[in-house]
Amino acid sequence: MIEAVELTKDYGSKRAVDGLSFTVRPGIVTGFLGPNGSGKSTTMRLILGLDRPTRGDVTVNGKHYRDHRAPLQEVGALLEARSVHPGRSARNHLLALAQTHGIPRSRVDELIDLVGLHDVAKKRAGMFSLGMGQRLGIATALLGDPSTVMLDEPVNGLDPEGIHWMRNLLTRLAGEGRTVFVSSHLMSEMALVADHLIVIGRGRLIADVPVAEFIQGAGRNVVRVRSPQATQLRDLLAGPDVTVAALDDGALEVSGLTAEQIGDRAGDHGLRIHELTPQQASLEEAFMELTRSDLEYQAELQEAAP
Amino acid sequence: MSAAGALPRLAATGRVTQLRVAVSEWTKIRSVRSTRWSLFAAVVLTIGLPILFAAVTSSHWGSLSPRERSDRHPVEIATAGVNLSQLPIAVLAVLTITAEYSTGMIRASFTAVPKRLAVLWAKIGVFSLLTFALALPSVLVAFWASQTIVHKHAELRVSLSDPGVARTVIGGAVYLMLIGIFAMALGAIIRNTAGGISIFAAIFFVIPPLLNILPSSWNQAISPWLPDSAARAVFQLTHDSGSLAPGPGALLFAGYCALAIAIAAVLLVRRDT
Repeated sequence: MIEAVELTKDYGSKRAVDGLSFTVRPGIVTGFLGPNGSGKSTTMRLILGLDRPTRGDVTVNGKHYRDHRAPLQEVGALLEARSVHPGRSARNHLLALAQTHGIPRSRVDELIDLVGLHDVAKKRAGMFSLGMGQRLGIATALLGDPSTVMLDEPVNGLDPEGIHWMRNLLTRLAGEGRTVFVSSHLMSEMALVADHLIVIGRGRLIADVPVAEFIQGAGRNVVRVRSPQATQLRDLLAGPDVTVAALDDGALEVSGLTAEQIGDRAGDHGLRIHELTPQQASLEEAFMELTRSDLEYQAELQEAAP
Repeated sequence: MSAAGALPRLAATGRVTQLRVAVSEWTKIRSVRSTRWSLFAAVVLTIGLPILFAAVTSSHWGSLSPRERSDRHPVEIATAGVNLSQLPIAVLAVLTITAEYSTGMIRASFTAVPKRLAVLWAKIGVFSLLTFALALPSVLVAFWASQTIVHKHAELRVSLSDPGVARTVIGGAVYLMLIGIFAMALGAIIRNTAGGISIFAAIFFVIPPLLNILPSSWNQAISPWLPDSAARAVFQLTHDSGSLAPGPGALLFAGYCALAIAIAAVLLVRRDT
């Protein structure tokens, strides 16, 4: 369980995180979505107490992270920025972190096997590929059997097999009742694993919704219609739950009715139809739309306030 | 990766203790190459330089003037290496902290131990013990080896039981340990390898000779109190008006170390990582 209240972080004059309030609940995978540079990594650093909030507060399982007696048991984190000494072997890296909590060596070996680094465990971590480094990071995150797992862009650098493994792992961790908080800048990735979404842009909260709801909202049924009798058609379709917009090329964009309903009504009234295309915004488009409008809004604000 | 992706449960986790953090720091320091190379260099210099000086002095003894002979003190020969081995010790001390920042390891370290001071204390403790444990036998071997070489010249013979000799030789090891502590604090303040080493070199190698451009009365008034000469007093057999006695020198330098550590500690707690 992670609870952020009005979390704000300034770096100099730049505001990286801006009044974020959200709760990440146990037992489900919560996706943390936003374009690059939107403040996801900063938020995660604030959760871990690596950076101090300028304003606001964030707690993990009811306490500040630094006040926990066994922090690795509370939160296992994989940060996007590399956090490994390249001259140290994977095994010694994990061992040093395990020893701070009195976690036995056997646990270190268990995790090395789990993430598939057995053959390179004694090699210097600096020799690792991106994917191997990512696996080491995941082993680090799981070391303390944490009740909250927080991963920043975990599929970065993983091969397809690794990505598949990661999805299963996330689902399984949530199934065990853990809090799983995963960031990504890819909506499609989140749609596959997340149950809930927290979307941010420019450090601000844009959406805090169940994935199902988000997909429903994104899959709004818009139908593109072209007719030489556009004006009559427009009047015909008008209704309380229907919106009709005229597009630049003369076509109409209708929401609130299915293509079948539009075609039937036009036929009943003898109106000619030249095009009737159901259009579904993809999740990625919906996400882009959501964050783009936020960026534009921000830009307007900045222009308005010289 | 295992197909199931199942995370085995951990039977029991303990909480973070200072001792556990120290064990972790020991694992960290022993598992990087720079430690081995720096400490190897320090041991070789501490022992090797006195052997070299002793051999040269011994072979030229017959051709030296009485004045030159009185300038060659056997204890100074025995501790000559400390002047050079302080460099690898200081570099390693700075690196022990700054490498965590340059590699990003510090994020993992502070995630595991969010009460950050425990990491600083553990690093200082482990590094001091390790340095002293290597430096003490090294200076004793240096003493024994150089004495063996110059043994045929009665004027150069000294014993550890002679007044001040044991204190001076052991002082060489204490000096190396204190230098390491001071350099570590600098590393923690600067958080950058090149910067930390530069500041160390400035304090110990650049500023002291610069003082010679001051009027000598000023120089004599100021220089005994600087970190460099205060620390050096720890392994000097004799002292004059231009330097502190070993006891006060050690105390003053320990004070400098405490000040540097205090600054490092405050910054460590306050700064973002």
